[in-house]
Amino acid sequence: MSLNVESRSLTAVPAPPPLRLIDDTGHAVAESESGGFTLPALATLLGLYRQMVVARRFDVQVTALTRQGRLATYPSALGQEACEIAAVASLAPQDWLFPTYRDSIALLTRGVEPKDILASFRGDWHSGYDYPKHRIAPQATPLATQALHAVGLATASKLKRDDTVALTLLGDGATSEGDAHEAFNFAAVWQAPVVFLVQNNQFAISVPLDKQMACRTIADKAIGYGMPGYYVDGNDVAAMYAVVSAAMDRARSGGGPTLIEGLTYRIEAHTNSDDPTRYRKTADVDLWRNRDPIERLEKYLVAQGALTAEVRADIVAAAEQLATTTRDCMSEQAVIDPLELFEHVYSTPRAALAEQRAVLAAEIDGDAAASAALSSASNEENSR
Amino acid sequence: MSPQPTLDTGTAVRPPDNLTMAAALNAAIRDAMVDDPSIVLFGEDVGPLGGVFRVTDGLYAEFGETRVSDSPLAEAGIVGTAIGMAMYGLRPVVEMQFDAFSYPAFQQIVSHVAKMRNRTRGKIPLPIVIRIPYAGDIGGVEHHSDSSEAYWTATPGLTVVSPSNPADAYSMLREAIASDDPVIFMEPKSRYWSKAELALPVQTEPLNRAVVLREGTDVTLIAYGPTVKTALATAVQAVAEGLSIEVIDLRSLSPFDDETVGASVRKTGRAAVVHEAAQFGGYGAEVAARLTERNFFYLAAPILRITGFDIPYPSPKLEEYFLPTPDRILSALSTWEWS
Repeated sequence: MSLNVESRSLTAVPAPPPLRLIDDTGHAVAESESGGFTLPALATLLGLYRQMVVARRFDVQVTALTRQGRLATYPSALGQEACEIAAVASLAPQDWLFPTYRDSIALLTRGVEPKDILASFRGDWHSGYDYPKHRIAPQATPLATQALHAVGLATASKLKRDDTVALTLLGDGATSEGDAHEAFNFAAVWQAPVVFLVQNNQFAISVPLDKQMACRTIADKAIGYGMPGYYVDGNDVAAMYAVVSAAMDRARSGGGPTLIEGLTYRIEAHTNSDDPTRYRKTADVDLWRNRDPIERLEKYLVAQGALTAEVRADIVAAAEQLATTTRDCMSEQAVIDPLELFEHVYSTPRAALAEQRAVLAAEIDGDAAASAALSSASNEENSR
Repeated sequence: MSPQPTLDTGTAVRPPDNLTMAAALNAAIRDAMVDDPSIVLFGEDVGPLGGVFRVTDGLYAEFGETRVSDSPLAEAGIVGTAIGMAMYGLRPVVEMQFDAFSYPAFQQIVSHVAKMRNRTRGKIPLPIVIRIPYAGDIGGVEHHSDSSEAYWTATPGLTVVSPSNPADAYSMLREAIASDDPVIFMEPKSRYWSKAELALPVQTEPLNRAVVLREGTDVTLIAYGPTVKTALATAVQAVAEGLSIEVIDLRSLSPFDDETVGASVRKTGRAAVVHEAAQFGGYGAEVAARLTERNFFYLAAPILRITGFDIPYPSPKLEEYFLPTPDRILSALSTWEWS
């Protein structure tokens, strides 16, 4: 039976070890094992560490708010900080980021205010930040659709002879979507300056990767499209930063697209409405908790003498400050005007929409008489 | 209604010529591209071949690979990348080669093209034109003759239009390209080779307006795209039967021009809508419902729909039995009680 995953495991070629620059124990790997990539400078790594700690504090805080019922939903990226932060750190100011619903900490790291990130999860509007200012597209919900937008934007940049590069974040499940295939192919054919960063967190809600695909790694697929692919330890921020930055540079200098797979793990549930105990073992989760990307870099930085108690205290204080800001913004009531529902659908007003808007306005005013009058206004001519 | 934007006619006025709708569409894209360097054109076979219907003939040679390009054969990819280009300041005009070939792009159109402006509170407008050759009567094999307009008109955020003649084809496409909103531009395949004497650039009625093509006093016959010709033929044929038919070409399906159509229906008191698409849940249902809601006491009879049957579009030898004809329309009108 072809649907049986076991039946093909006999012929499957085992995946190679992912590329890493700092191993699980916090030691730099030998140069011969670094795939030609150089360990980033200590100052860079310290900056990445700081961003990861702050991002995790935000993620934990928002998950707590969701459990308290104060947010409609929040897809956590706990455990995926190395991928998220390395991606954003690799962006030049002019570059565009195309994130998914799980990538809120990438938005945070690129400078979006917590209140603007949470606007959609609070249910204020479908999305709530200044996209052109931050150069971040709305967080995509339909899987892999944003990858095509990234390819289009990158192609437009190329047509205009700009040096803007697009980076899109995808999950492992999204690579099964047709839009992912089309995006990879269009990017390679058009040599678009775009980088695809697939965070392989090993689950599409409950479905493990071996039920998504039969090849060794997602990165292997790159060869089929005619672009380079890298299989990277997604919990090693040093490797992620080195590989993503190199891919961004290559795209910027006319070298075309790159597919990068970061092997990581989704520590939290898919969202607050998911129950992961139904499809994975606690022991597996614990295994990956012990491969924590922040602890790994911390060991390295401490050993290098770069992370002193003073620096650590400063980072923790910044993270706590952000948590406070995040909690505080929840008590601010966003101005929500129901009549705005009609405002942005079209650039030019439509008569039929104006009529419906008037009906809602009358309902809101609680003026039953006006409501009745308005709903029959369109039938006025009928009473001949 | 918004004021009609004036087309930037940077291109010189040309002497009158006998032009097909395909040629008028071609000229519209070309003139728009001359006037606005941010317009790019891509899709399947739109480059050196000039499109399977030759609507983009010569544009690749004139504007080059940077602005006119063949894309990989993937409609979601075409629309999805157009979205990204529009986000970066370009104005993409893309082609779905045939109506039914637009379905792979359904998600990109419905979930993003239609919703991006609203989702981003106007911060990301998407000035994209998606050209879709549609409808039948060309002897096409399966998947080449669908009328899919109701999928698009049921989607808030989309502007859906369909010209019925060469002059409108030129003017409406220019206006669609100039619009900051995404436009589904539905081109009736069977009318591609219809001709008119035109001096380009020509500007007809605004994009969002319906027009009364032929005045009449007894019945309002509402059509668009490929069935406008059928409706006009019906009106001519009806004269012999002593019936005066007013013919309306909707031009814009979304928005619907309640003002123009409503005025006609209140005048004649009887209306029928004609389209090739199947009847159940079709666009005609919306037309009949909203005209009835707004004009009930002016109506002497229920509004009729004369449409394709509720079956998949037939094979070439059977399509003549499917398509609404003047005879079928007149028989339907004769079912009304005429007092």
